[in-house]
Amino acid sequence: MTLTATSGHATGQAAPVAARADQVWKVYGSGEAEVTALRGVSVSLERGAFTAIMGPSGSGKSTLMHCLAGLDSVSRGTVHIGRTKVTGLGDKALTRVRRDQVGFIFQQFNLLPTLTAEENITLPLTIAGRRPDRTWFDTVVDTVGLRNRLRHRPAQLSGGQQQRVACARALVARPEVIFADEPTGSLDSRSGAEVLGFLRDSVHRFGQTIVMVTHDPVAAAYADRVVFLADGALVSELHAPTADSVLDTMRRLDAGV
Amino acid sequence: MVRVMLRSVLSRKLRLVLSGLAVVLGVMFVSGAFVLTDALGRSYENLFATVHQNTDVQVRAGSGSDRPDGPAAITAGTLAKVRGLSGVASATGVVSVDGARVVGADGKVVAGFDAPRLGSNWTGEDDLVRLRSGRGPDRAGEIVVNAGLAEAAGLRVGDRVGVLTTRPKQVFTLVGITGYSGGRDSLGGAHEVSFHESEAARLMLGRPAVFSAVDVTAAAGTTPEQVRDAVRTALGDSFRVRTGAELRKAETDEFKDTLGFFTMVLLGFASVALFVGTFLILNTFSILVAQRTRELALMRALGASRRQTRNSVLVEAVLIGLFASGLGLAAGVAVGYLLAWLFSTRTGADLELASVAVPVPAVVASFSVGLVITVVAALLPAVRASRIPPMAALREAATPDRPLTRLTVAGSLVAVAGGVLLVLGLTGDDGTAVVSVLGGVLLTFVGVALLTPILARPVVGVIGRALSWSVPGKLGRLNSARNPRRTAITAAALMVGVALITGVTTIVSSIEATITSVFDKELSAELIISGDPSAGRPPTFDPAVLERAREIPGVTGLAGDYTDVAQTLGEEDNITIISDLPAYARMFNLRAAEGTIGTLGPGEVLIDAARATRHHLRVGSTTDVRLARGKPRTMTIAGIYADSQTTHGLILPPNLIGELRVPQPSWAFLDVADGTDVEAVRRQVDALLADSPEVTVSNRSAFVGQQTAQLDSVLRMVQILLALAVLIAVLGIVNTLALSVLERTREIGLLRAIGLRRGQVMRMVTVEAVVISLFGALLGIVLGGGLGAAVMKTLESGGLSTFAMPWAAMGTYLVLGGLIGVVAAVLPAIRAARVNVLRAISYE
Repeated sequence: MTLTATSGHATGQAAPVAARADQVWKVYGSGEAEVTALRGVSVSLERGAFTAIMGPSGSGKSTLMHCLAGLDSVSRGTVHIGRTKVTGLGDKALTRVRRDQVGFIFQQFNLLPTLTAEENITLPLTIAGRRPDRTWFDTVVDTVGLRNRLRHRPAQLSGGQQQRVACARALVARPEVIFADEPTGSLDSRSGAEVLGFLRDSVHRFGQTIVMVTHDPVAAAYADRVVFLADGALVSELHAPTADSVLDTMRRLDAGV
Repeated sequence: MVRVMLRSVLSRKLRLVLSGLAVVLGVMFVSGAFVLTDALGRSYENLFATVHQNTDVQVRAGSGSDRPDGPAAITAGTLAKVRGLSGVASATGVVSVDGARVVGADGKVVAGFDAPRLGSNWTGEDDLVRLRSGRGPDRAGEIVVNAGLAEAAGLRVGDRVGVLTTRPKQVFTLVGITGYSGGRDSLGGAHEVSFHESEAARLMLGRPAVFSAVDVTAAAGTTPEQVRDAVRTALGDSFRVRTGAELRKAETDEFKDTLGFFTMVLLGFASVALFVGTFLILNTFSILVAQRTRELALMRALGASRRQTRNSVLVEAVLIGLFASGLGLAAGVAVGYLLAWLFSTRTGADLELASVAVPVPAVVASFSVGLVITVVAALLPAVRASRIPPMAALREAATPDRPLTRLTVAGSLVAVAGGVLLVLGLTGDDGTAVVSVLGGVLLTFVGVALLTPILARPVVGVIGRALSWSVPGKLGRLNSARNPRRTAITAAALMVGVALITGVTTIVSSIEATITSVFDKELSAELIISGDPSAGRPPTFDPAVLERAREIPGVTGLAGDYTDVAQTLGEEDNITIISDLPAYARMFNLRAAEGTIGTLGPGEVLIDAARATRHHLRVGSTTDVRLARGKPRTMTIAGIYADSQTTHGLILPPNLIGELRVPQPSWAFLDVADGTDVEAVRRQVDALLADSPEVTVSNRSAFVGQQTAQLDSVLRMVQILLALAVLIAVLGIVNTLALSVLERTREIGLLRAIGLRRGQVMRMVTVEAVVISLFGALLGIVLGGGLGAAVMKTLESGGLSTFAMPWAAMGTYLVLGGLIGVVAAVLPAIRAARVNVLRAISYE
């Protein structure tokens, strides 16, 4: 297994990576309560690819994603989204990055209960004060199969449908990169498979970049590439994974560490 | 974005209703005050227009004061002079003076509700006055009264009617009943007794053949202004000459000044309500923001800026502010008009009420006050909302409790600043004093409110322990200690109301104690003849009573006390005439500071030490005195008496009684020989007072009680109005508990699942409420007692020497505080008990 750690050279004009972490450290607390969640992680996420971040609980996979998404600050090192250096940005600039370049899908769906499915989907555009592109909106809605549910409130939708609304919400703004945090964690396997199918389709059909944190090998198998974390460090990676190869790698890492 | 926020507000409308209610109540007072003032103002303007409809120009005696029975009366010669002027069509000499009091069938004076009780001369029917039955008085001893008075006293033509004037009670024959134009029974509730012209001036003005005013009508082709100028030129400066329009305006303005005071009172209570409401709104918004943390964080994660997040909360505040202001305005219009209606019908004012109108200032004030209060109160929670990190959308945990250090430091500083301002205001005596006292109290409240979170933990712990003898009690106590900020601010709202009530009670009880101790120290008279001095002019009684009372066996000394306002020492001041000065000095422990204070000879006068110092007067100095019905005279200071709490100002010799406005005593003080049955003497004096219905005789303790009784009723009024502040605070407790119960649905379900009974859940919520309300009541009592003590301490030099903590009242307030908690807990407790166990556990 080879580790694809970027050398830290400046990337070219075309920004072939959608997001990049260089020697990122993340330390929580201080003194005796000090916890190091990330130890010098460097990773590049290619544009138009579906990347999964895997690792056991406490490996730092969620922290890595939060740092990559600009939700959490890093203790050392730098994070880029597209050509924007996120590290060190003020709240206003970070807000703009989140608004224009990043999309999120959460484990708990996080839909606003007072809004209809359609309003939830267009919420990021509403916040940004932009009008939705009708053709693109229709494409997204048809892709996730919510055409008949647009007027429903979240409470009237099943878990799978709610997560599809969340997927559509992330897709509709066409962000640089979508971060998905255990998107199938609260779904049964059939709904989970549907959601993962959409995510993969949106990568292959629309060239959307997606980064997904998961601990489920089956979910990871939908990705183009899987990176493995353990104890806050990048330890392994797989290209074109299958559920079996992911499981193998995990077992090997468990035994090895 | 706005639509998203609107949807969010609407989905939580029920939770916001309670917080909006405080604004509704506050705004209601504001708009109510405006509407009431406007309605009554216009009604009285109409009334005064009617009163002066026949008057083109009116001449009144005296140049300065507006008193109709002022020093100079208008003589027949002056009237003739006015009649002779060109441009004057007619001039009528009018007697119309306050102070004709009709004695009803029950032997008491017919109550007049503050409206004047006019005694006038009958000048025949005109456009304004019409006889409804009977005829006008043809000779002395006959009267007519207006229909309003006839109805109030139950009088009919032919009745024999006792009337008190500047003379003691005399009996007249009622020969007619009058009404006024427009079908009015009275002019704004005023009683009017019209005497025959031969005796009206003597009865009402103290001497015959004079008038209090001259009503002039202008000849055709002459304007009232021309007539006014002509009369002014002819009569000179010692008369007030005004046109009917000027009179109407002056009287309306004077009335509006009186209303202005009423408006201030209403606005005062509006500010208390709104101040307490601010706490309520602040707390509601804080809780709502805390509960919406995930939602707000999600918005942040989806790209909402801090400003958008802050504004989303503020938009809510604006909406609630607008809605509540609108409701408050409507409620205020209703309340204001209701009060005006009650005033016009129930107080005997007999006023034709002007139509409903919503004055523009009411609308502007309502909306600006309501909006500003709501938005200001929501500002802090809004800023806090904008600080929620987007990460909070991904985390389950609530934001950790921030340390209270900064809050405590800020609270201490603000409280100290408030205290300093309060003391400055109380000790300063310039115009800004009131502002700094109010500002000081306000700042103190805010400061202490900021300190409540740090106080909450220890105090709530102690209160809670007393209530937690059972498991639900213990859970309730722990719940109330869970979020000290929330508990504290809820309690702080109650604190404000309770502190104001306690403060006022402390001040009033100290003043009462001062009065009691002053009379105990200075007054040794056994029996006192006195009336209710709140009815405007001091009540008086027949001087003959003094002579007869002195002859009662056992009475060793008697001093009648006459009082009036006169021109002395360059200003209007109260003066006193004592029938038996040595007896008075003995009974009031009055001592000479200089000279002697024995019997006064004609031309001699006594003065108190303070006034003597202020005006640089010594024994033997002279001073000018002009009594209401006398000529200016120069008098000699015969003695200076040491400052006393009960006696002030110039004391004149008895030979001047005849020059007083009403030559009758207002008080009398009786000394009784040792061993005499005081009650027996009292009954004998009482019998002498049968024809003097305005006064009664009482022993010393009853008299002292009467002096403080009035304060008691003031206190009761203030308490009732301040109870509103407490009511709003109760809404706050209900709101906090309701939101807490909602927040803990899952937890309550869990407790029910493991076996807590419904009743126990209710008890848990009730204990939490009682702990909060007791905390608030305790804070309020301590703070209010402290504020009251501070006020009394600084006023000590002003003669308020006795400080009395109203312990009993304070205990009552504490118990009531606990009861308030029980009441406030009812609805939230029912809601908590109804939690569906299964659904609660799966509640997200």
